[in-house]
Amino acid sequence: MNFTINVWRQNGPKERGGIATYKVSNISDDMSFLEMIDVLNEQLIIQDIEPVVFDHDCREGICGMCSMFINGEAHGPGRGVTTCQLHMREFKDGDTITIEPFRAKAFPIIKDLMVDRGSFDRIIQAGGYVSVNTSGNLPDANATPIEKQDADAAFDAATCIGCGACVATCKNASAMLFTSAKVSQLSLLPQGKIEASERVMNMVKQMDLEGFGNCTNTGACEVECPKGISIENIARMNREYLSASITSK
Amino acid sequence: MSKLNSNIPEGSLAEKWTKHKSKIPLVSPANKRQIDVIVVGTGLAGSSAAASLAELGYNVKAFCFQDSPRRAHSIAAQGGINAAKNYQNDGDSTFRLFYDTIKGGDYRSREANVHRLAEVSASIIDQCVAQGVPFAREYGGLLDNRSFGGVQVSRTFYAKGQTGQQLLLGAYSALSRQVAKGRVELLSRHEMVELVVVDGKSRGIIARNLVTGELERHSAHAVILCTGGYGNVFYLSTNAMGSNVTAAWKAHRKGAYIANPCFTQIHPTCIPVSGDSQSKLTLMSESLRNDGRIWVPKNAEDALAIREGKMKPTDLSEENRDYYLERRYPAFGNLVPRDVASRAAKERCDAGFGINKTGEAVYLDFSSAIKRFGTEAAHVKGIKTPSEDEIKRLGEKIVESKYGNLFQMYEKITAQNPYKTPMMIYPAVHYTMGGVWVDYNLMTTVPGLFALGEANFSDHGANRLGASALMQGLADGYFVAPYTVGTYLSQDITTGKISTDSPEFDEAESTARNRMEGFLNSKGNTPVEVFHRDLGKIMWSQCGMARNSEGLKKAIADIRILRDKFYSDVKVLGKIDEMNPELDKAGRVADFLELGELMCMDALAREESCGGHFREEFQSKEGEAVRKDDEFAFVAAWEFTENDPGKSKLHKEELTFENVELNTRSYK
Amino acid sequence: MDLSAGLIRSSLARKYWMALTGLFLCSFLVVHLLGNLPLLTGNKEMFNSYAHFMTTFPLIKMVSYLLYGSIVLHSIDGLLLARSNKAARETRYVKYNGKANASWSSRNMAILGTLTLVFLIIHMKSFWYEMHFGNIPTYLTNDGAELKDLYSITVAAFQQPWYAVFYVISMMGLGFHLWHGFSSSFQTLGINHPKYTPIIEIIGKSFSVIISLAFASIPIYLLLSSINSID
Repeated sequence: MNFTINVWRQNGPKERGGIATYKVSNISDDMSFLEMIDVLNEQLIIQDIEPVVFDHDCREGICGMCSMFINGEAHGPGRGVTTCQLHMREFKDGDTITIEPFRAKAFPIIKDLMVDRGSFDRIIQAGGYVSVNTSGNLPDANATPIEKQDADAAFDAATCIGCGACVATCKNASAMLFTSAKVSQLSLLPQGKIEASERVMNMVKQMDLEGFGNCTNTGACEVECPKGISIENIARMNREYLSASITSK
Repeated sequence: MSKLNSNIPEGSLAEKWTKHKSKIPLVSPANKRQIDVIVVGTGLAGSSAAASLAELGYNVKAFCFQDSPRRAHSIAAQGGINAAKNYQNDGDSTFRLFYDTIKGGDYRSREANVHRLAEVSASIIDQCVAQGVPFAREYGGLLDNRSFGGVQVSRTFYAKGQTGQQLLLGAYSALSRQVAKGRVELLSRHEMVELVVVDGKSRGIIARNLVTGELERHSAHAVILCTGGYGNVFYLSTNAMGSNVTAAWKAHRKGAYIANPCFTQIHPTCIPVSGDSQSKLTLMSESLRNDGRIWVPKNAEDALAIREGKMKPTDLSEENRDYYLERRYPAFGNLVPRDVASRAAKERCDAGFGINKTGEAVYLDFSSAIKRFGTEAAHVKGIKTPSEDEIKRLGEKIVESKYGNLFQMYEKITAQNPYKTPMMIYPAVHYTMGGVWVDYNLMTTVPGLFALGEANFSDHGANRLGASALMQGLADGYFVAPYTVGTYLSQDITTGKISTDSPEFDEAESTARNRMEGFLNSKGNTPVEVFHRDLGKIMWSQCGMARNSEGLKKAIADIRILRDKFYSDVKVLGKIDEMNPELDKAGRVADFLELGELMCMDALAREESCGGHFREEFQSKEGEAVRKDDEFAFVAAWEFTENDPGKSKLHKEELTFENVELNTRSYK
Repeated sequence: MDLSAGLIRSSLARKYWMALTGLFLCSFLVVHLLGNLPLLTGNKEMFNSYAHFMTTFPLIKMVSYLLYGSIVLHSIDGLLLARSNKAARETRYVKYNGKANASWSSRNMAILGTLTLVFLIIHMKSFWYEMHFGNIPTYLTNDGAELKDLYSITVAAFQQPWYAVFYVISMMGLGFHLWHGFSSSFQTLGINHPKYTPIIEIIGKSFSVIISLAFASIPIYLLLSSINSID
């Protein structure tokens, strides 16, 4: 297969970026999208053009590092996949493919397709944990039974890989799905309930400080989320925050 | 003189750790505030160690090359984590976990370390649950367990097929809490490129800021390497693209011995290589072997016809299929340990029975399971004479409920429906049991330098059991290092801040800079990736699932040639003082090119077959591994000398077994 | 803890207010529609009494201030949210395939809302302002009460084709606004349940269709009947 690749090139956070066009040929349909980029980059190096910088690591859809906006969609046209799990058989021979970085004020571009998602780390640092120190003397793991339904819902929320597709895809660049997934996971479990009010207040505050947009419930995030995190979590966070705001002293 | 003192405490096996902990010197809270610790890597071992040490009061700097600690490759672990909780009342105990691990490792690990691992395993589960890790639960609300290969009890805790992710996010949240408190300084997108040794002690690192390209100096009273394994030396593996040996190798060059580097684990159930541009291999969980049957065609002509696309696997009748694991190992069948299953697949493919284009794949077939489950389900539903389609439909439903996400993943990658046609699988490099040599306290041969998790060699011997890697990473980070690193640091309470303005830091920084400039100035014609791929091919063919003396010698010669070519012909664009992922990659590949040679030397020196290390010269008539306990029951620790991996010096740490009897593993 | 952060300044608080005012305005739409139905039956007396009641009854007057407040708050809050949403992505995408993952109305709430606001201003100028401050001719009912004849003003207005068309287009805009807005309010207030959310969505969509069609039918009916009467 042959493709025309329109890819965003930008030298640094403050520099002007723009689309550059390259051709790649002899791409097999078994290749993943990132392997196609590997081929492009090897070709660029031989032509003395600096390769396209992009984030990637595990290449099996779990680390959340890859972050491309392909043909107008986060992680491209596939559903339930990250860019590394997208295969070239999803495209037609001769297609023109446009690749951009995940764009948001809170995800400044570092170079080309690589963005800084440190804002996500800071949201977690604001409260995405249970305040418990390492200790060999904690209660036995089976001391508190947890309803299976809650444990499963907490797990579903916890499968978030922090890739930022929700932000990238949201027309408002909102981080509600990401933030609410962690709030939900911990508020569903008895271990996390104890500091649930403080957690949701602090995490939302940090989310706002980072400059993400607001949620207008378009639902685009859950459609593009590679892990299928539901916007039920956003509703849960809205609920938790409302009650925390009203009842807090 | 050998520096290898394992520092195993006195006393009976079960008492060693408790006694040791009660006797070690402590550091007062006020003094902890004066002490700096560097943790390199933020996987399970790194995040848990950094968080725990920060909670104790040390000043911690945590480094990772990814953009966030949460992305470390521990996140990709699927199956589960072992712990001797005995919740299932099936006879599990600390000793049994210890025994299974020693035996699974083919008697090439240290008894005292493994027993400690088994001892703290239960606390890991308590710790993780308290952190909000959503383990799978039963309807009664208690934790669920599953069984894994090589053991007879159900002691594996899991969170669907994403246990590693959930555990890592737990450790990451603990780390994040300390970052918020200012106890940990987090340096993401930073890669350690040099270890700094002052007066014989590890006193800091040189790290490259991967965004700006700047070389930074960071000093500390102790440095802890939690940098994972080196499976990427094979180019294709289940490791992440960025996983590398550089931190460990730089430490090795500064005096840290590397132990048993040839012990690599080849996982039997991975999706086969599909083409030359493939960048990584994807694991399919070992749990699939519970219900899937592995086979190749009985006749080579059929295999050829399938390879050429003239025949479909479903066309082949039962009597023309060779269920080779069931044939060779009737007792364990498809559930033999990983090393055995991998070698058997290779044996069939080498003999010409492989079934994909490359000839390197075997079938993992669920049709029997679908039929079995379907018949059962029909019976439960009271359907007296179910049609074949009905059985299939019901059976597929049950298989979906058990393995749905794995089947989906397989279909995403291969575009084949595994319910209709058997899966194709082939072994792939997955884990490295070898690593930096450490003593009982997890300290390397460089005082003040520690190695935790997969980066060290300590607990898995020649073969790791499923669901034990997560256990070891968290055991080291949460429950071992906080004590043993503290012991070391107790002698540093009056040292004061370590200056980065010293000749040692100068030297380390300029070494790193010169090396990088060397790559940029080489003005060659070949991209880094090409060398890595070539190295991988050498390693996979000569130092992979089966090794022999001749092949290993050839590999050593080939690697040396490739290494020379690399330095003269590598092409890296860009500059040193800017973001330059190709330059970073060049540094990593350069280290792999040295490590690869050492691995082959180690494999050559170990003239026996054990665990993941199979020397063709040392096998029984039936093709089974022959271990030689009288000659090779030792840890091979290699010292780097004369600036040449080929001149590495072998030190032996004899392994003594006082609590288990050395037996030959048999799965027949 | 700072109360204002939770209930006024945070991004979530601003959404709560959007949802609450929006749902309140929905309830007003129902009352308004019921009051307007006499226009379809030609019942001048009933319509004018309704208009009189709405402008004079004390309790309704109090509620009406709440209504004005809601309109102002919903509008200003909405514009502020739209502005901060725009600021959250400084560089636009070269290619953005919004329809791949979200409905058209959900992506255009700000535009639809602005259209509705413009409509509302013109609408209120035409009727509300006239009723309160304008010189609407009065007449005596059979009971001897003096009533402002808003009915004739309304009928005359809708018999102007351009006005009727503008009104119909605006109602379509309102319909799309409600199509997303109604159920979205529940999500914002934290009400999302696998069992009940589909029902809320059906109610919201039915509501948006019924309200917009019913309102639009009035000018269409009046316009058509005036054309017929000329014939």
